[in-house]
Amino acid sequence: MQNKLQVDKAVRTVLLISASLSIVIVVSIFIFIFRSSLPAFKEFGVQGLLGELTWRPANGSFGILAMIVGSVMVTLMALVIGVPLAIATAIFLAEIAPRGVQAVVRPAVQLLAGIPSVVYGLFGMVVLVPLIRRIPVAGNSGYGLLSAAIVLAVMILPTITSISEDAIRAVPRAYTEASLALGATHLQTIFQVLLPAGKSGIVAALILGIGRALGETMAMIMVIGNSVILPAPLNDNPLTVFLSQARTLTGNIAVEINYASGLHASALFATGVVLFMLIMIVNVSAHAFLNRSNALAN
Amino acid sequence: MRKSIVVVFLLAGLLLSACGAAGETGTLSITGSTTVQPLAEKLAESFMSSNPDVQIDVQGGGSSVGVKAAGEGTSDIGMASREVKAEELAQFKNMQVHVIARDGIAIVVNPENSVNDLSLDQIRDIFSGKIVNWSEVGGADAAITVVAREEGSGTRDAFMEMVMGKDALILDNAILQSSNGAVRTVVSTTPNAIAFLSFGYLDESTKALSIGGAAPTEENASSGVYPVVRPLNLLTDGAPEGLVKAFLDFVLSADGQAMVREEGYIPVK
Repeated sequence: MQNKLQVDKAVRTVLLISASLSIVIVVSIFIFIFRSSLPAFKEFGVQGLLGELTWRPANGSFGILAMIVGSVMVTLMALVIGVPLAIATAIFLAEIAPRGVQAVVRPAVQLLAGIPSVVYGLFGMVVLVPLIRRIPVAGNSGYGLLSAAIVLAVMILPTITSISEDAIRAVPRAYTEASLALGATHLQTIFQVLLPAGKSGIVAALILGIGRALGETMAMIMVIGNSVILPAPLNDNPLTVFLSQARTLTGNIAVEINYASGLHASALFATGVVLFMLIMIVNVSAHAFLNRSNALAN
Repeated sequence: MRKSIVVVFLLAGLLLSACGAAGETGTLSITGSTTVQPLAEKLAESFMSSNPDVQIDVQGGGSSVGVKAAGEGTSDIGMASREVKAEELAQFKNMQVHVIARDGIAIVVNPENSVNDLSLDQIRDIFSGKIVNWSEVGGADAAITVVAREEGSGTRDAFMEMVMGKDALILDNAILQSSNGAVRTVVSTTPNAIAFLSFGYLDESTKALSIGGAAPTEENASSGVYPVVRPLNLLTDGAPEGLVKAFLDFVLSADGQAMVREEGYIPVK
């Protein structure tokens, strides 16, 4: 008896340690990145790093504003392209598709999540970029925000689709029955009852998609052009801003860390701190929404 | 019986120690350019396999790090894929520069491009954004897409030094890629692209241009007719001695220079 209790206690301790390990890892990564970025923050200040556009390590300018704008723009564009597609797929899978079709579509969407990002990048580089280059605008190289956003939209599709589908399925059966009993059609029920009821879950799905998009590196390096410029229209038509090249925060680190030393390396770690903060904010808000939607479902 | 075993062991021991005395012993640290690094690693591997008691550590960091490491004595040997600058030589007065290989930098375009030759001035104006259309240099009427390496790359540093000069900068909206291989892929898939590539990466997927009439060939690069050639240097603080000297001698030997050629660079001997 006594022995069993001791085993119980030991196992509990082991489980606790395993669970705490990830917290320890996250905290130590943050401490490491933050400490390595301190020299750059001391030298240039928060304003000098986050508020400056010029990034020329050889001349001692380390402004990462252009990269912040690049990351935010490509993420927003990916959401605009990917979210309608993802939510439509989620509705289709949860409400409309017969079982047989579901059995084909769901694994196909989930398979997208398993493709390595370098493969997405390669596909973008040899298929998408040449297509985008056909848009007849002077200075359009094909590499840029639009190509990157399309690749990214496909990459965030599985995350948003599966969590949104779960959110729609979690809406109590009684809601659907009540809506149909009141004479609403199936489509009316979907758009006016199911989607509003599953709202917090869907929003959480979007936020997780944003996190995935902000963190994507390899595929972005391969198609976005990596020029350190504030995205700007190529001619008088403001829409051509989407053909502009850009660089993401993740790309900045990955492209330059190989040769960086001293302040340059420290400024790259500062880029990492900014990225870390952005993704923390995104994840914390995703969890807040998920908790709310779980509370509602119960 | 037992005696004879002891004798055999003694003999074997003598033999082994004799072998050891013939080879070099000790450790050697090499730091610097990531262009020279793969070559230095190959050379070090080969040197270590013929001298089993030697341990050589090769680290990257870039040419500037290599100069500093050798000058300050934190490494036995520094690597640089560019000329050592005058101010660096002034700072580290005892530094000795050993050229172990040369590497040409080719200006490449897409194979569909009709342009075959550019002058150094034209190349500078294209990369700095003064010339923006291929028709200005005798090509088709199409906007030029400039592709370059990222800041800190040794190939970029060498290109900046030999082609761009002191004041010209590569234009801001150049497409940047972080390796020679990625640059080559972009140029081979982008009709109006231009870029610079190490000779080691040339193949039929891109077209290397002549510069002022000089074709980008190994002969032209080693004779000095082709203008954009950089040295790959090993640097030592003072005259090399002992193990450092043995390694440098090996690098400049016929075997070492054969490995230089294998890696796609131009031997110096």
